[in-house]
Amino acid sequence: MISRRAAIAASIGLSLVAPAALAQAPSGQAPVGKVTVVTSFSKDVTDPIKKAFEKAVPGVSLEVQNRNTNAGVKYVEETKANNQVDLFWASAPDAFEVLKGKKLLTAYKPKATGIPEKIGSYPINDPQGFYAGFAASGYGIMWNERYAKANKLPDPKDWQDLAKPIFYDHVSIASPARSGTTHLTIETILQGEGWEKGWRTIKEMSGNFRTITDRSFGVPEAVNSGQVGVGIVIDFFAFSAQASGFPVKFVYPTVTTVVPANVGIIANPPNKAAAEAFVEFLLSPAGQEVLLEPGIRRLPVNPAVYAKAGADYPNPFTDPRFQKMIGFDVDKSEARTAVVDTLFDQLISFQLDALKGVTKTLHEVDAALVKKPNPQAKALADEARSLIAALPVTEAQAASPELRGAFTGAKEKGARQAEVEAQWASFARDNYAKAKAKAEEALKAAK
Amino acid sequence: MTAVPIPAPAPRARRLSATPGQIALALAIAAFLMLFLVLPVATVIYVAFTEKGTGTFTLVNFYDFVRTELFMRSLWNSFYVSAMSVVWSSVFALPLAYLTTRFAFRGAALVQTLGFLPLIMPPFVGAVAMQLFFGRNGSVNLLLDDWFGFKIDFMEGLNGVIFVQSVHYFPFILINLSAALRNIDRAMEEAAQNLGSSGFRLFRRIVFPLAMPGYLAGASLVFVKVFDDLATPLLLNVKDMLAPQAYLRVTSIGIADPMGYVISVVLIVASVVAMWLSARALRGRDYATTQRGGGGLAKRVMTPMEAILGYGVVILILALVLAPHLGLLLLSFATIWSFSPLPDAFTTAHYARVFGESSLYIKNTLIYASIAGGIDVVLGVAIAYLVLRTKLVGREWLDWMASAALAIPGVVLGIGYLRTFYGVTLPDGTPLASLWITIVLALAIRRLPYALRACYAALQQISVSLEEAAENLGATKARTVRRVVVPLMAGGILAGFVTSFSTAAVELSATLMLVQSNSDAPLAYGLYVFMQSAAGRGPGAALGVVAVILVAACTFLSHLIIERSQKAKGMGH
Repeated sequence: MISRRAAIAASIGLSLVAPAALAQAPSGQAPVGKVTVVTSFSKDVTDPIKKAFEKAVPGVSLEVQNRNTNAGVKYVEETKANNQVDLFWASAPDAFEVLKGKKLLTAYKPKATGIPEKIGSYPINDPQGFYAGFAASGYGIMWNERYAKANKLPDPKDWQDLAKPIFYDHVSIASPARSGTTHLTIETILQGEGWEKGWRTIKEMSGNFRTITDRSFGVPEAVNSGQVGVGIVIDFFAFSAQASGFPVKFVYPTVTTVVPANVGIIANPPNKAAAEAFVEFLLSPAGQEVLLEPGIRRLPVNPAVYAKAGADYPNPFTDPRFQKMIGFDVDKSEARTAVVDTLFDQLISFQLDALKGVTKTLHEVDAALVKKPNPQAKALADEARSLIAALPVTEAQAASPELRGAFTGAKEKGARQAEVEAQWASFARDNYAKAKAKAEEALKAAK
Repeated sequence: MTAVPIPAPAPRARRLSATPGQIALALAIAAFLMLFLVLPVATVIYVAFTEKGTGTFTLVNFYDFVRTELFMRSLWNSFYVSAMSVVWSSVFALPLAYLTTRFAFRGAALVQTLGFLPLIMPPFVGAVAMQLFFGRNGSVNLLLDDWFGFKIDFMEGLNGVIFVQSVHYFPFILINLSAALRNIDRAMEEAAQNLGSSGFRLFRRIVFPLAMPGYLAGASLVFVKVFDDLATPLLLNVKDMLAPQAYLRVTSIGIADPMGYVISVVLIVASVVAMWLSARALRGRDYATTQRGGGGLAKRVMTPMEAILGYGVVILILALVLAPHLGLLLLSFATIWSFSPLPDAFTTAHYARVFGESSLYIKNTLIYASIAGGIDVVLGVAIAYLVLRTKLVGREWLDWMASAALAIPGVVLGIGYLRTFYGVTLPDGTPLASLWITIVLALAIRRLPYALRACYAALQQISVSLEEAAENLGATKARTVRRVVVPLMAGGILAGFVTSFSTAAVELSATLMLVQSNSDAPLAYGLYVFMQSAAGRGPGAALGVVAVILVAACTFLSHLIIERSQKAKGMGH
């Protein structure tokens, strides 16, 4: 305990000295003037950090441009000819991969110390040094206690729990195509459980969805206000809601991962020295401690900083739950991003009514089977489940260049996105209709 | 003089032909629209007509559109929702407009202002407030469930979209119809009454037909706006409509795919066709009356029974359409509001939090929205005049071009502006697109159709003979416009300004793409930044209330000004 205290004292001491040191460190000259950052983070996150940064590095003012991740990437891309932005600052590592791929980032190696190579099994910084992780986030399930009580919902513990009949029409998620963080959740399930089994889990859960929102924050918002009972979200949405007093709870399921939120310097930045100072500040103990504020509640990447957090603050470096979390393969994810997102939209988002219809019937079959077992009905229900779980593409196809070309606007001629989508949509529609017929047959047999 | 069909080539209208000044004006407007609307949008949506890989011209993407079940379903749903929204908006708007303009109705200005509020629903926070009130577990349904054991799905599926859209956009009909009703010569009504017509028959046969230009202006706006609106369906999580489909593709993995832009083209074409149809419906009829507003004749007085009924209907409608604003107000004072009919407790802390920064946002919003509204009415009057009063070749194209702006998703316009103007730099290297005037221009273009429809309807109701009289007395065309046409159109111009101004004040989608720094940001952007976190919900709502009060105050003020000026000219109503 004493050694830990000493560590805190040291880190505080360091935080007092660091800013002065860092003001001179990058590029050999003191950063001054305006530094512009494009971010998807809310005011509750950016305001305290801006304040602390401007105090730590006097003479520099932080200009925050708030845009959602996709719009931010688009903005940086459209304005690259005459770039006025210094930094990109957001959660989803995918967005940074896209920027890196389009050569819109500058490599920079942070000088900050005390930050390990990996968090869980995920590398904190981009191996090529184009962006750096500054806070970690895990994915999981949040729910509204009042709602759960009124609807007699049990506490969910794992993804499969959400597929249970009791959760029918109570679950919400953001579409992975629009929310970088949900995309990671889906990809985590796919990597953790495998392509076939993962999609089965996702589709079984989806049959219970109440809504599929088009922005990440739509989910915690609906759970906070009690419009939906359960939401699949990134952890800080739940933690900051708890800190604001909302009656919500959160759990990390067994198959999950913890992924860093990142900051990267834009290629050809107008104020490079100040941009580097900002990166250094975020990674310094002072910057890391700001993350513990109730309105932000993110997991710092510097393990020493957790000493300042409360006892109930999740610590991915010591909590055994995080050590069990799966490794996340960024390259694999990047290779099939568009395919996974489009599959989700075409098989689930745009066919949700059909999917929910057959899921409801299957729940009724299950209830009837509990009362009176019937092997024939069970076999029919299993057939229906297989039909729902069926996929139009294999894992190998999903990452194939031909299919990727359809989504990235590749220069070669090939299948058009609309064609591929129409095929998948009709595949899903036909299968769900067949499944519905089987399920109804099963229900008749079971009754 | 009533709305009787007259032979197609109206003999009086033909007399007026184009002067050099009018041609110059038309060219100037065309250049403005080309530069700030057509060109930026074209840089984005030309993709719709290119073949994948080669970039050559093709229509295969439209073939894909027709073949995709999802898009055809979306198209049909969009038509259905838009048509039904017009019906329900009319149900809300007709009683309010008729009772407050044609009868001695105490509190008419207040009703007009309150009835206008639903149009100013700040983004995001309005949605949250509405869910808290009407959602599946909103106040109304929680109480219903408690007392009677059932719930009503106000906000579910297509019917939910129709409900929310009708509540949101009925002021378009209210404001345009009211302006039109005020313009009807009271002698018409009196003549009909003297001949024995009264009650609903009087309204159906005389008053409403005469107000048709105003009604259609409003109704076509509602139709097109609902057709092109993506915010409401998305907030209700309805994705199988056309505008959300375009948005979802343009903002996610479809960004490199032509289909999002194909949908945008379809939206634009559908909007222009709807506008064209509403113009056709009025063709060959004359709505002009020489006398304006009844020249101070007394308004009709209601019998006590009629008065009770009238006030009852007005209060009921206002209660329904203002419920979201009440929810917003509660939210701005609420500590925690979750799964309960009312918030747990109340606080003023949220206002304290936004107090410091909101003054900057308010200043920016007022500047941007007033300039945008100003540009819109100037263009609106000019285009309406050119289309209705001259015989210039292709003058309708100005109208259609401007109206098409309604159908362009804000994000497409935003990206188009960045593409077109970011490369253009000032001498010191700052890009043109980073100046705040770019935001103003984008707002003006996006809100131009509102002002245009209002000005157009107002001009349709003015008899050409008044202008002829002025010109016979030796006035030049410019002087006639300044001294006769514009003053007579004042009501319509005001209606246009107020609609453009107030909707511009809460616009977000294009703004979000174009805002370059916090010091240039309008209120809607500030709201967006707050509404991304749990702790920001209260302050966001407080900022929303500030926005609504601000716009309502401006609206009320302009009502007062116009009433006073009309009275001063002896045209009071």
